Amino acid sequence: MTAEEWQIVWFTAWVSALSTVMILPFGLALAWALARHDWPGKSIVETLVALPLVMPPVATGLILLHLFGRRGALGSFLHDTLHFDVIFTWKAVLLALSVMSLPLLVRSTRVAFEEVNPRLEQIARTLGASQWRVLCTITIPLAARGIVAGMVLAFARALGEFGATIMIAGNIPGKTSTLSLAIYQNVQLGEDANAFRLLGVSVVLAFAAVWFSEFLLRRKRKPQ
Amino acid sequence: MSLLLKNISLPLASFTLEASIEAHGRITAIFGPSGAGKTSLLDLIAGLRKAQSAFIKLGDRVLTDTANKICVPTHQRGIGYVSQDLALFPHLSVRQNLLYGAKINGAARPLFSFEHVTKVLEIESLIPRNVTELSGGEKQRVALARALLASPRLLLLDEPLGSLDAALKAKIIPYLTRIRDEFQVPMLCVTHDRFEALTLADEIVVLVSGKILQSGPVLNVFTRPADAEVARFVGIETLHPGRITSVSDGLAMVSIGNALLTALAPSVATREVFVCIRGEDVILQHEIAAASSVRNRLMARVVSFRTEGALVRVELDAGFPLFAFITRPALAELALREGSTITALIKAPAIHLVPR
Repeated sequence: MTAEEWQIVWFTAWVSALSTVMILPFGLALAWALARHDWPGKSIVETLVALPLVMPPVATGLILLHLFGRRGALGSFLHDTLHFDVIFTWKAVLLALSVMSLPLLVRSTRVAFEEVNPRLEQIARTLGASQWRVLCTITIPLAARGIVAGMVLAFARALGEFGATIMIAGNIPGKTSTLSLAIYQNVQLGEDANAFRLLGVSVVLAFAAVWFSEFLLRRKRKPQ
Repeated sequence: MSLLLKNISLPLASFTLEASIEAHGRITAIFGPSGAGKTSLLDLIAGLRKAQSAFIKLGDRVLTDTANKICVPTHQRGIGYVSQDLALFPHLSVRQNLLYGAKINGAARPLFSFEHVTKVLEIESLIPRNVTELSGGEKQRVALARALLASPRLLLLDEPLGSLDAALKAKIIPYLTRIRDEFQVPMLCVTHDRFEALTLADEIVVLVSGKILQSGPVLNVFTRPADAEVARFVGIETLHPGRITSVSDGLAMVSIGNALLTALAPSVATREVFVCIRGEDVILQHEIAAASSVRNRLMARVVSFRTEGALVRVELDAGFPLFAFITRPALAELALREGSTITALIKAPAIHLVPR
């Protein structure tokens, strides 16, 4: 493995992990709101969150490109007021991975929240716990397995992201190049040995993530 | 501490729960069949449900007043709730379950000490265990202790003995009476079991299809139901239509089937009545006493027997279907067989007449 390849591996792992951590608070809040409450516009939000799952990733990337480009609604605002550019930087990679992996996190954690018996939360409230305390001491601990599973799914999805990333971040070596993009580029250049080396690393990373989640899921839940 | 519920209106799937209750007893039973709205009423008091209209006051504190947009959040109500499924937190140990509410509410000034509650409910040995390792009766006691340790001003019990078999019920009842006597926390107890209501409660509210049919002291409701529907729900064994033929000196002569009974005249001026007679109030004997204070002596034919615990329920044909509860030794002594004849004695005050 060359230094450049190691940089790609570390960058991919790091930005995938960061995107998973970044979407976690929002994903949990959204999943909880979807699982536990009825509110106007809920079905629209549900559909919007699920869209990146069913739309071609390239199409999602194109939407992000138009939104965050310098002439896009959000991009122009960020550029003009905060002097902050997203497109074709590592932040674009983070954005693409976050948007593409959010639906998996939300779907998994929503199911986990729905499986928590609401009566437990209600009784905790009668014992004097505020809604926030109930969430932290009852709901999240009981849904922890589903949340971890959702995080691993989101991380794995981020590791393999290609379409949206190439649309808004390009494939700039040392800046925005991820494992998927590098594999594709090596195949395009006929450098199959390099591609297979990176493929091996991808398999190891994905295997480690899924194994870790299985380990957590199978571990017997023990009261402290 | 009194609980006042006024103008409750809560639309449910098949009816609207409408109730006004004033509970002063140490234990008030909400008594009624399944699906009567009993649990919904408890949820409403605990603040877990929102009513269309409601006024709920505990002691001198208004908890809910929809007219003035007052709704104290559940966690600030100080109302303990032991639900039917007990809802012990499966990811926490028994100790953590017990301390869950105590840590939040009782840290500064707990009403009851951890040691006292665990001792009274005999759960000291369970404290290090996981809740998944507990038996039904143990879970019940841990759930009760957890609710008590949160220092509640009122305890709501939803079918506290509902999921237990007869042997476990007998074990848990003394604990409930101990909570009643030792901790002096007023309780509202949902039940559809006569025995539970009679054993535990001072007052009773009969709730059927979202409507309160009768409320008052338990014995009063069980022995003097307000109407035939209440009589049916409180399990009056003999409930048969009759007609008052005459009233004299406060006594009514009632024609029922082929028999004529003497009963206390009802306060309501009506002729068409339901005759209510509790099985325990019917005495069976072979010889007719020469002179006795009993006003009703009926020749009856034994139709069938059914053993119910220590008692035998005897179905008789006394010109109308009459049910008597006697003990098993009494059954053996009387040598009753299906088809044999016997004299049934019923005192006039034991016959309760309700308007038809």
